[in-house]
Amino acid sequence: MNPRMTRRTLLQRGAAGSAILTLPGLLAACGGGSGGEDAGELKDVLNFANWDLYIDTPALREKAGLTGPTVFEQFTAKTGIKVNYFVEIDDNSSYFAKVQGPLSKGDGIGRDIFEFTDNSRFPGLLVDEGMVQKLDKELMPNIGNLIEAQASPSFDPNRDYSLPWFSGMTGIAWNTKIVDKVTSMEQFFTDPKLKNKVTMLTEMADSVGLTMLGNGDDPSKVTDESFDRAIKTITDADDAGQIQDYLGQAYQGPLAKGELAAAVAWSGDVVQLLLDNPHLRWGIPDTGGMIWTDNMFIPVGGSVPTASTFMNFVYDPQIAAQLAVAAGYISSVKGVKEEAVKLDPKAASNPLLFPGEETLARVHQYDSAALNNDAQIEAWQKVLGQ
Amino acid sequence: MGSFFHRHPRFTPYLLLAPGVLWLALFFLIPLVFLAYQSLQSGSYPDFEFTWEFSNFTDAVSDYHEQFFRSFLYAGIATIACLLLAYPLVYWIAFRAGPWRNLFLLFIVAPFFVTYLVRTLAWLNILSSEGPVVGLLRGIHILDEDGQLLYSTFAVISGITYNFFPFMALPLYVSLEQLDHRTLEAAKDLYASSTQTFLRVTLPLSAPGIVAGTLLTFIPAAGDFINAALLGTPRHTMIGNVIQAKYLESLDYPTAASLSFILMGAILVALLIYARAVGSEKLTG
Repeated sequence: MNPRMTRRTLLQRGAAGSAILTLPGLLAACGGGSGGEDAGELKDVLNFANWDLYIDTPALREKAGLTGPTVFEQFTAKTGIKVNYFVEIDDNSSYFAKVQGPLSKGDGIGRDIFEFTDNSRFPGLLVDEGMVQKLDKELMPNIGNLIEAQASPSFDPNRDYSLPWFSGMTGIAWNTKIVDKVTSMEQFFTDPKLKNKVTMLTEMADSVGLTMLGNGDDPSKVTDESFDRAIKTITDADDAGQIQDYLGQAYQGPLAKGELAAAVAWSGDVVQLLLDNPHLRWGIPDTGGMIWTDNMFIPVGGSVPTASTFMNFVYDPQIAAQLAVAAGYISSVKGVKEEAVKLDPKAASNPLLFPGEETLARVHQYDSAALNNDAQIEAWQKVLGQ
Repeated sequence: MGSFFHRHPRFTPYLLLAPGVLWLALFFLIPLVFLAYQSLQSGSYPDFEFTWEFSNFTDAVSDYHEQFFRSFLYAGIATIACLLLAYPLVYWIAFRAGPWRNLFLLFIVAPFFVTYLVRTLAWLNILSSEGPVVGLLRGIHILDEDGQLLYSTFAVISGITYNFFPFMALPLYVSLEQLDHRTLEAAKDLYASSTQTFLRVTLPLSAPGIVAGTLLTFIPAAGDFINAALLGTPRHTMIGNVIQAKYLESLDYPTAASLSFILMGAILVALLIYARAVGSEKLTG
């Protein structure tokens, strides 16, 4: 038997067979949906999607020297609502790609709260495209504890849809085995000691924002000129062989091992890395650093009262202090430092966790309008070679 | 049912085909149609409109020909490297390993018990500038003091070669293992030297394995993006990285879709040329 003949015959019959299936019917069947019909009811379960190491897990509580039940357990004890916690966000864009399909059709995703970072384009898109629901502020007396600096972000000027979970800062981390100090962006881009030994973050707002500050431009008001200047600074350094690569969190290992001299890095990562690597330092360059915030949203289909009740609970300074001390990130709740002093005076004096006025004055938010500028996104992707 | 097919045996193939056809229709054909539809849309997220936007294709080629070229170059070199590494190895296993054959085959497949990402991350350590390989090469002055292996074309191609090696080795093994040893004895009886036997008997008889291995290695390697992302720099990005960035970062779904189509088309053309060159009967044995 000639096997090729058989295969061809099979293909022909296969083609005939597949014609029986009609396209529209199947497409409809694929749609499905977990409707938003019960968005108005208080439920006894809260489905919460979050990033890793971003909550007071028993292990993190122990490390931070906290005793007693976790925040989730305290929430359940107080309200009777159980929390299903999903550690499923590890990157804003991949998570958005995952949820945007159902949300854009108005279908739920089985989550009551999820988070996006304000230095990505997604918070703006979520609000503009109706993928998220308004908070029920009636249920949230503690919303008054939100610090002034966070009261009016451009993607949600009245905080109708979102509340900060944690913030972090972007600056430069370096390894003292290779370089004593990295104090400026100029040094980062030109110091021969750092040649082919620095990395930048793949997030546009982090890398471009920090570079703009180095150029004397304001990253909170991005213009085409200031953006182009920043891109030129980066590509010049890249062409000169200064920059080794652009990474996500993958800079941590090489930096700790001393293969990298310096990297554009997040403050929170360094708090954890310092435990095992006394040679690491993190600082805000002399021209300033960036600050970003992860925001909680209620996706379409999620239960607004359940989610609002939870958000209200974590905006109690006494609860917020436990979260901040255990997770090691910056809280946006008023009075949190005073509560943290009671829990752990040492943590309360950590400037990476509770930055003072002086530090906060030196960090800037990236212009949220520029985050959706397609031409600039393209230009940044070109720097990344893609 | 049973008696129907008994009375009409010509319908039996359709019944046997049904599950596979259904599978392909659901998970290949329909997504493909959707992808084609998306590749001809214009606009920006989320308001794309179907406008027969053929310029998506021409723009994609003119903007990203470099990454396309790199994908095919890297995948091609990695495929040849896989073949050159795998052939002697599986030849030895098939002809000389005797009772240990299955154990050695297990060794080839063993890395697959670990996920793809972790296997690639392992190469970050293997090629690291503080690692043993670079240390040795610097010691014997193949690399100079500051020389490094990571973040280079070499690193990306090594990663691809390593990751797709079993796809080359296993089909090769099957074809060599099935080889009728009497043909080799016959060659010897007819005074062929061992080189002649290899070139004129073993190699041609193992051609189906080479062809199958080449396809199974080259096709996924050309679309790979993990190796370039982890082991390379922006100077080593492949077309898979561009598609991923278009989809995730730029939210430019039409361009991502048209790039995917171009990649599929280009691979298909490459296969046709390959099939012409080696003779299509080799594809099926």
